[in-house]
Amino acid sequence: MAQTRSSQEKDIYRPEPATLAKVQPVTEMESFFELRLDSGKELGHMPGQFVEVSVAGIGEAPFGVSSSPTRQGSFHLLLRRVGNVSSALHRLKAGDKVGIRGPFGKPFPVDDAMKGQDILFISGGIGLVPVRSVIQYVFDHRRDYGAVTILFGTKSPADRLFVDETDEWKRQPDTVYLESVDRADASWKGNVGVITTLMPKITIDPVRTVAVICGPPIMYKFVLMELNKMGVPSERSYVSLERHMKCGVGKCGHCQINGLYACQDGPVFRYSDLIPVREAFR
Amino acid sequence: MGVVTVDLKMLNVWVEGLIRGGRVFGVQAKNNRFQFAPLLMAANLRLDYDVTVIPPKKYMQPAREDLLTFEGAAGFETCLDQEPFILIGVHPYDVAAIAQMDAVFSGDNVDVHYMTRRKQATVVACDVQAASANVFAGCMGTATVDKGFDILLTRVGDHYVVDSRTHKGEVILGNLVKAPKADAVSLARREQVWEDNRKYLRKHELRMAPETLPTLLEASCDHPVWEEKSQRCFSCGSCNMVCPTCYCFDVRDDVRWDLKGGARVRDWDGCMLRDFATVAGGHNFRKNRADRYRHRYYRKGKYMPAKIGHISCVGCGRCISACVTKIANPVEVYNRLLEVR
Ligand code: FES
Repeated sequence: MAQTRSSQEKDIYRPEPATLAKVQPVTEMESFFELRLDSGKELGHMPGQFVEVSVAGIGEAPFGVSSSPTRQGSFHLLLRRVGNVSSALHRLKAGDKVGIRGPFGKPFPVDDAMKGQDILFISGGIGLVPVRSVIQYVFDHRRDYGAVTILFGTKSPADRLFVDETDEWKRQPDTVYLESVDRADASWKGNVGVITTLMPKITIDPVRTVAVICGPPIMYKFVLMELNKMGVPSERSYVSLERHMKCGVGKCGHCQINGLYACQDGPVFRYSDLIPVREAFR
Repeated sequence: MGVVTVDLKMLNVWVEGLIRGGRVFGVQAKNNRFQFAPLLMAANLRLDYDVTVIPPKKYMQPAREDLLTFEGAAGFETCLDQEPFILIGVHPYDVAAIAQMDAVFSGDNVDVHYMTRRKQATVVACDVQAASANVFAGCMGTATVDKGFDILLTRVGDHYVVDSRTHKGEVILGNLVKAPKADAVSLARREQVWEDNRKYLRKHELRMAPETLPTLLEASCDHPVWEEKSQRCFSCGSCNMVCPTCYCFDVRDDVRWDLKGGARVRDWDGCMLRDFATVAGGHNFRKNRADRYRHRYYRKGKYMPAKIGHISCVGCGRCISACVTKIANPVEVYNRLLEVR
């Protein structure tokens, strides 16, 4: 068959070149990546959106953007080494090239439903990655939001992410930051237990609070039950769901959650919209 | 745009002309079944076929296609297949399926790979002359079509009515424009073919109007049929592969022998395959067979109508024939939903 090449035609599957500005191991399994588009343009995302990252010869995979668009000049990812693409990315170093498509998907409603509200962030493990984008956004527009509460849970102290930055978060005005680990080690003086054990320790005004939740699939059910007990309405809770987002543009079918497409209708969903959606929390 | 009648000999000559002029794919016999394949001589064309094993979607979305090429670490380039081609013998239900795929790939984010091929395609449809063992297009409103093709061929007795509806159709009509205009008798006989096909292409009888499916499914999440049928599902994905409205795909990189470059390739994928919804790290968001099985029927009967406004089943019956354990009959599944659980 005659194959012709064309760079002119707009192709939703063609990544644009980007360069790794920084690669830094964070934990045994995770590394931090700073990227710049070779075009010199900003990524143009909103907190909660994701990009498809390509390593030529290996493939492409979706990752939530971890930095806020308020911090210009580059954008951040933090990846766990679990798939082909994330493993290949871990072998790269500053200066290496990757491909980027996106940003895709619905962001957290930072400029509408969240504005003027108290914000409760609940994240488990690498769920903190996309949530960090929202946290930075909120701190960069601090006066637009009320009290901020951040809960972060990991398996062990060594799995904690953005450790320097979370120290800064603690010092922000009108902000509470609490963390917990499932299993402590000798050095750990903090809370031990799953993330929901932090929830009774906080005081929030449930009708003024918007909850931002991201974590492993198992976490949602328990966190949402707890939020319900605390009186936070499901209309005010937002979750970011992981799915197999192959194309990011509503075509490949892999990301479907019943009739919803995680890549277009999500990955951020209002919890109340998901209550009738059976495949949402699995 | 005229409607003409041609005899079999003239039709043959016309097809020979098309073959000399460019890429032509037509229905041909293979063993004792039929397939769309490159047509090398008019005599091989079998317009009297019942159904092809694989639908003609393979010419717009091939089972494997290069989306991009890359050299080194970046620099992805788009690959497009821009050579015109003619498809001869597409049955009405497949015409309807192609129209659905067009809606999918042209909707919001335009898929330039599919659309480039689609624009190069001239579709010569042909009314069904022999009902296949499992066709139920009559129940789905797709036993006949009045759009979505460039030319429609209908056999009436010992000649064909040739109906060209588009500019593309006119272009390939060639000498046939000089053929005699279809007279009232031929047109009436064609009407009869349509009426018969609507009536008889019903080897299975759907006991509801297709438009009511979304509402029926809405209330059927917990129906026992999903568990019952899927117990015998091998998760082989055959029903997906032969379906003219299944278009889900996987994308992967194929590295060239010198390891310096390669292609980003798109392959057909299927929601019935076990790992369709598995993410990196191994979590499978649809790990139960029954959930995957239900997903397919929901997608056809509820999710796709919400996306493109049509039930994504055209009644070709290919899934019924392809399923080894005989659990993939959509009519049986949907009818069963009408029964009280
Ligand atoms: S990721 Fe392909 S449809 Fe959503």
